[in-house]
Amino acid sequence: MSEIQKNPENKTVDTRPLCLSGKGVTKVFGFGETRTVAVDHVDFAFHEGEIISIVGESGSGKTTISKMLLGLISVTEGEIQFQGKPRDISSHKKKKEYWKGIQAIFQDPFSSFNMFNKIDAVLLDCINMRGGKNLPKEEKVRLMTEACSFVNLKFAELTNKYPFELSGGQMQRLMIARIFLLKPKILLADEPTSMIDACSRATILDMLLKLRDEINMTIIFITHDIGLAYYVSDSVYIMEHGKFVESGGADEVILTPKAEYTKRLISDVPKIYEEWDLSTV
Amino acid sequence: MLNTIKQVFHSPKFVTGFVIFMVMLLTIIIYPIIVTADPLEMIGNGNFFKPGTYVNTSETISAKQYTFNVDVSQASKLDRQLDDTQRTKMADWLVRFGGVDESEIDTSDSVALVELWKNNYSKDVDQTGLIAADKKYFVRLDTKIDAMLASSGIIIAQKDEEGTLSEQSTVEDNSYVNINDLQTSRTLILGTDNFGRDTLTELVSAAKNSLKIGLIAGSIATVIGLVLGLLSGYLGGIIDNIITFVTNLFTVIPSFVLLVLISYSVGQGSRGIYLVAIIIGCTSWTWTTRSVRSQVISLRNRDHVNLSKLSGHSLFRIIMTDILPYIASYVVMALILQISSGILSEAQLSMLGLGPATTESATLGLMMNWATLYSAHLNGSWWAYFPVIFTVALIAFSLNLMNTGLDQVFNPQLRD
Repeated sequence: MSEIQKNPENKTVDTRPLCLSGKGVTKVFGFGETRTVAVDHVDFAFHEGEIISIVGESGSGKTTISKMLLGLISVTEGEIQFQGKPRDISSHKKKKEYWKGIQAIFQDPFSSFNMFNKIDAVLLDCINMRGGKNLPKEEKVRLMTEACSFVNLKFAELTNKYPFELSGGQMQRLMIARIFLLKPKILLADEPTSMIDACSRATILDMLLKLRDEINMTIIFITHDIGLAYYVSDSVYIMEHGKFVESGGADEVILTPKAEYTKRLISDVPKIYEEWDLSTV
Repeated sequence: MLNTIKQVFHSPKFVTGFVIFMVMLLTIIIYPIIVTADPLEMIGNGNFFKPGTYVNTSETISAKQYTFNVDVSQASKLDRQLDDTQRTKMADWLVRFGGVDESEIDTSDSVALVELWKNNYSKDVDQTGLIAADKKYFVRLDTKIDAMLASSGIIIAQKDEEGTLSEQSTVEDNSYVNINDLQTSRTLILGTDNFGRDTLTELVSAAKNSLKIGLIAGSIATVIGLVLGLLSGYLGGIIDNIITFVTNLFTVIPSFVLLVLISYSVGQGSRGIYLVAIIIGCTSWTWTTRSVRSQVISLRNRDHVNLSKLSGHSLFRIIMTDILPYIASYVVMALILQISSGILSEAQLSMLGLGPATTESATLGLMMNWATLYSAHLNGSWWAYFPVIFTVALIAFSLNLMNTGLDQVFNPQLRD
């Protein structure tokens, strides 16, 4: 018998205000013979303070949708609404404004930093972005120290260091310190723990959840790990071949999966003390 | 940064290339300070003087004479005075009209040859088939040989008002002068070129001009290539399509043909060193554009670039701080190769007569062009072209060696 119990009564309706929603969002790459539909008419609604997981295997379009949400690539078709209004990122100035509200943590902490810039520069950028450009130096140092101590790092030990002098876990924590300084409305975390060892993983997740509680931030987890999705999220979106095949509350989707794909994803989670059935992989 | 420089100077290939290049550079800088003469001054009246020390003949005669007790044998005198053409002609006459068998004649043994000549030559022999001018030539040669055999010393005579010669002094066969006594000796290490210019001084000045052309052409090509490559790679979309189209167009047309056509259409009059450098630079950027573009494409989707965008940085700032530092080593290597190929392109163009149209400053290509026009390679004047080829090769070799050294430092896969 599976460890995950089906519970059909566990259906919830979120009444919090919407912060990011999309209708018919589509992304097409190439044309003619090379035309690829990476994301195919997806609808979603993310609420303030909610933790959402977008789960899918490699190539399902998770990263493409995350880049569209971040405004790093254009949307071919459909509309994304930010805080109830259609998102406008037509100029650099408007994009900059949008990015004050949405930020990201990437999968690989080693490639997230510009290796030619010192750590101080990364944190100073965040202070400047929040309008703290003209703050006195002492105040800036205080803010950076505060952000570092939030993620259990000592700013005094990091100042004047280059990113490659830190460990992967330290770098990822520094990324969270960056989010702490920026205080965005939405955080998009693209597999933030997949490159981190198991011990640091719990710490990183714990810090993200703590940060969510502190600034009432929406967190969108992009992950292939359905176990992690169930553990941390309020709602789950299951993605297959560019489409959301199933979505809803975490309990509802994981405990009473309707789509075949979801069932397969759940059955693929390896369980300790049980033999893993590789025939379904 | 300091660490990278240290690493670079630990690469034997880079250091070798760097040392060769610096030696050449220092020579180019220091030589004109020591030899202040105009590098293109025509010091020789005539072309292709052999390398060596030249002394003034009249000064030699009036200089203090030292008599050495050495045996000035007839053999050495004949050896010195009979040249190869005269020997061959003598042998030819002897076989045709003197009735001497070819196997008896050895043109390298001047004493035996002169003996055979004296025994067999007579102007009265039937010389059918020989033109009058040649007959006279052999009479003159015979008289000259007589003089060589008879003479002992050279008499210096002076003509008085009535036209009679009176002996002033005699230069004996065993008299010498000390070269240090002479005021007007001139050493030409590499002889003179077709215009009678000192080849070494000209070579140093030509190397300077060629390096200048290489540096200007290389910088232009690198700047154009870098800017287009960065824009095309980073922006993508329609701009990438347009730039790639233009780049492909320039790649398909062989750049050397383009270079020749542009140089030709610019016209002989206005083609100076700088214009040629600019033309070379403007036709050789395609390679840099393509390689920079591919590097940038692989960088533009990296997380650190995305993060920089999310931090609200401008396009210019992202390119300057998040893209350029990552490809800087690559660009330096491209620049070195472009300098090297710029120098070679100038040499190629000049060989075709499409290089800088000037006689006021020399370039390595022009020196080769002049040497070829005056058939230096046919008349054995190796000093007019070989040092030039060697210099071109050495510059290209040192630059390429530095490039390989840098490549090994920046690309760990290539380390030995």
